[in-house]
Amino acid sequence: MSATVETRDTVETLTADKYKYGFTTDIAMEEFPKGLNEDIVRLISAKKNEPDWLLAWRLKAFALWRKLEEPAWAHITHPPISYDELYYYAAPSGPAPKSLEEVDPALLDMYEKLGIPLNERAALAGVAVDAVFDSVSVATTFRETLAKAGVIFCPISEAVREHPELVRKYLGSVVPIGDNFFAALNAAVFSDGSFVYIPKGVRCPMELSTYFRINARNTGQFERTLIIADEGASVSYLEGCTAPQRDENQLHAAVVELVALDEAKIKYSTVQNWYPGDAEGKGGIYNFVTKRGACRGRNSKISWTQVETGSAITWKYPSCVLQGDGSVGEFYSVALTHNHQQADTGTKMVHIGRNTTSTIISKGISAGHSNNTYRGLVKIMPNASGARNYTQCDSLLIGDQCGAHTVPYIESRNASAKVEHEATTSKIAEDQLFYCRSRGLSEEDAVGLIVNGFCKDVLKELPMEFAVEAQKLLAVSLEGSVG
Amino acid sequence: MTALPTQRLESWRYTDLRALGAMSFAEAPAAFPPPELPDIAAPRLVFVNGLFDAASSAALPFARAFLPVAEADELPLARINAEQARDGMTLEIPAGVDAGVVLLVCHASGGALHLRHRVTLGAGAALTLLEVVKGEGVYWHNPVTDIALGQGARLAHYRLQDESREAFHLATIRADVAADAAYESFTAVLGAKLSRAEFHVELSGPKAHTHLNAAQLLGDSQHGDFTSVVRHRAPDCGSRQTVKSVLSDAARGVFQGRIEVERVAQKTDGYQMSQALLLSPAAEMDIKPELRIFADDVKCSHGATIGALDEEQVFYLRSRGIPEEMARAMLVRAFLTEALEPVTHEEAHALFEAAIAAWWSGK
Amino acid sequence: MLEIKNLSARIGDKDILRGVTLSVPDGEIHAIMGPNGAGKSTLSYVLSGREGYEVTGGEVIYNGQDILALTPEARAAAGMFLAFQYPVELPGVGNANFLRTALNAVRRARGEAELDAVAFLKLARAALKNLSMQDDMLKRNVNVGFSGGEKKRNEVLQMALLQPGLAILDETDSGLDIDALKIVAEGVNALRSPAFSALVITHYQRLLDYIVPDKVHVLAAGRIVRSGGPELALELEAHGYAGLEVA
Repeated sequence: MSATVETRDTVETLTADKYKYGFTTDIAMEEFPKGLNEDIVRLISAKKNEPDWLLAWRLKAFALWRKLEEPAWAHITHPPISYDELYYYAAPSGPAPKSLEEVDPALLDMYEKLGIPLNERAALAGVAVDAVFDSVSVATTFRETLAKAGVIFCPISEAVREHPELVRKYLGSVVPIGDNFFAALNAAVFSDGSFVYIPKGVRCPMELSTYFRINARNTGQFERTLIIADEGASVSYLEGCTAPQRDENQLHAAVVELVALDEAKIKYSTVQNWYPGDAEGKGGIYNFVTKRGACRGRNSKISWTQVETGSAITWKYPSCVLQGDGSVGEFYSVALTHNHQQADTGTKMVHIGRNTTSTIISKGISAGHSNNTYRGLVKIMPNASGARNYTQCDSLLIGDQCGAHTVPYIESRNASAKVEHEATTSKIAEDQLFYCRSRGLSEEDAVGLIVNGFCKDVLKELPMEFAVEAQKLLAVSLEGSVG
Repeated sequence: MTALPTQRLESWRYTDLRALGAMSFAEAPAAFPPPELPDIAAPRLVFVNGLFDAASSAALPFARAFLPVAEADELPLARINAEQARDGMTLEIPAGVDAGVVLLVCHASGGALHLRHRVTLGAGAALTLLEVVKGEGVYWHNPVTDIALGQGARLAHYRLQDESREAFHLATIRADVAADAAYESFTAVLGAKLSRAEFHVELSGPKAHTHLNAAQLLGDSQHGDFTSVVRHRAPDCGSRQTVKSVLSDAARGVFQGRIEVERVAQKTDGYQMSQALLLSPAAEMDIKPELRIFADDVKCSHGATIGALDEEQVFYLRSRGIPEEMARAMLVRAFLTEALEPVTHEEAHALFEAAIAAWWSGK
Repeated sequence: MLEIKNLSARIGDKDILRGVTLSVPDGEIHAIMGPNGAGKSTLSYVLSGREGYEVTGGEVIYNGQDILALTPEARAAAGMFLAFQYPVELPGVGNANFLRTALNAVRRARGEAELDAVAFLKLARAALKNLSMQDDMLKRNVNVGFSGGEKKRNEVLQMALLQPGLAILDETDSGLDIDALKIVAEGVNALRSPAFSALVITHYQRLLDYIVPDKVHVLAAGRIVRSGGPELALELEAHGYAGLEVA
């Protein structure tokens, strides 16, 4: 590939500007003093008018966090994060808007620019959006339509006030406060996030979506999402994220908990496009996220689909705890790293109930100087008779300065279970490239095409609007990678 | 003595040495009836309770005197070995010489035995090393084997680990493979209460090749750990690995296999397959196959499966008149076939066949 | 002589066979036809003793012996042979080793002398030749990488070697081209004798052009709903299975 050095050089100069969500929004903000101590935790809780039980819960998490250590097992490196130099709360100042009309026009403009119009007339038909800006939810659309179906979709801070029995019952029941360092941190300081409850037998009438935006400088974002699908309920939930282009790294430590009761189905899709840092690896989001779903009920199903193209560091393992007999867990993932990005992502499938099944399809693409690791656990417990797992992990390397790593853990303690794992690592085949180019495609377009084909099994799991977006995102993220 | 590794070390997460740590071993008994030797006409080096047994051994022109270990070591068990080693086999095959077959027999009945073996093959040299470890009673066998293969050399290394069911067996084997050289290895794991075979193979010259296979056949509450790291450090190298585990009763099998491909190691061809059969409800298998790849023009893959014998296959054989027990034996033997591939030496092959058959009938 | 009397069977809590009654005298070939889901494959598996099928009533007598209590291998030794609809692949098991092990197990059970490798090979080669099959078939792993036709021919080869008294052919014609179909049919026809009988289970009439049955039975919803001569197959071919359930 002789032409590629040139292509690479030309395109690489452009790459840094390719992050089209890198603008900042100027808006009057209220920030708490920087640093983390018990007072900040109390302040966040007070700001939200939280009940005592939740403050106590946060303080317990904070105490645990102080005893925990940052996990060191992932294949990532970064300078130490100074937790005392961060701001843990930032929100547009003034009283919270009661309706869309009261939302600051500057904010509405920003979401327009991001392609997420909050005005319901302009919005994507069939998608309800909760928009989270730094530490707070600024708007949730289509609430009335959803309320008619009995679906609760609101900021979690509101759910704490309006539906305390549900929040108290399920919050921390899937990801306990001391689960890991970042989950404990989140439990102590989470400021907002989305809450979803789908009542018995209800099929949510529209896609639900949360759009996360980090705007403020030096601010950590710690949102917390809780989704409960009651017996026989089903919901499809989408999550998108972007952040401005800044030279400093910013911390994002979210927690997502899903609960599926008997016969319930939850489909959770993410297109993660936090600012990845520039071509030299400066700036970008540190994305340390704990996502876990509990298939508590019989024949329940949780399906995770993720397209991870952003963040300087991605550390996330959306998992399924398959407790209910016959429950199903799925994980479909595309992780693309370029420049100096580092991703260590995968899943955990814990088979507890009988005849539980799980499927893992992971596609990793590494380019530039990046490192991309699949890390996964499949665990078959002694009572999980008839359990099945199938895992397929493929890695693609583009260029000789990157790394692709696969670290599966497979543990079976039931003889009637069947576990199958396959993994491959390769580069884009020269003959595929040549074939495309001989049909007139540029090398970049050819790579984009082949990468999209490589990811097809995952992309087809995404809801339509997201799939198109994700395909474009893959192509943009790969620009300048050919070599 | 250097402390034993604990499960907090990632590479030891599946193997717990606390039972070994709680033991104390008396000095190995000096006298021991001579071990039964495999009926293979080849020069042999016999070690009994950690010391060379000249009476049972045959003179070999390539054998050298044991030298204490000078170098420090990163691996905890190899470090313990370095501190304690008093004897071991030292073989040096000169360049261009085909030394044929050499038998290494280690027999034990007690004590903590830290043998240090060294095998060096000059450029173009060839050797088939058949290693048989056996014993009776309680002991700890902690051998380290360091292998250096010169350019174009070929070492076939077959290991039959048939230690006492009360023994601890922790073997470390390291091989440095130069350009065009090949390290072909097969290990049968049958014995020991707790065992680990840890391989580190460095493919350090272009077109170096290794075959690193194993079959673990375990029953009762045996614990067998097969751990390997294959490092591709030069272009055009190949590694193939098939590890099969058959677990009955409450046995636990572990396979950890890492393939590392350094940036310079373009055109690497790496293949690894790990499969386990659980023959009883209490058996357990843990697999951690790992790829760590820094070069782009590579073809690397691994696969892993854990499951029971396929009852469809059992039924098919039975429907043709083959009794159930024989049908299962046939299928287990078939399951092991790919692992035995590197064993091209006929008598060695027969030795392993007999060991597998004996395991099945004694299971 | 095979006698099936009021045989009922189920998988889990689903009743599949609901009282099948049928007898196949020595020397005869009977066809069982029927729509998908009628219980054709279940019948063949129950007859050959596969696990997972619960016999809830009735009996099966072969040569005066109640075979339902026998293990699959004992049924094979008694002279029954099932040609599978989907022959199972056995990676790592060589075909020659498999055939010889099976043949000797059956011979042992019948009180006959076992064959040594040379005698076996001679026998196998002759059988291969009769079936227009290549010798390398013996070297390959059982059914691994075989085409659909090769798998079915391998079934017929096993049958030729084991010399059963009763063959049950479960949709042996599925996935076969016409040449392969003829070879399979010739293999079965070659075994025809006063001491050999067969149950040919098929969805289509096609196979019966080559293996002409003495009788045709129609299985629908777990029962034999009609029996007749070879002409019944042609009638079914022309009019389909619709309406048979009520007949």
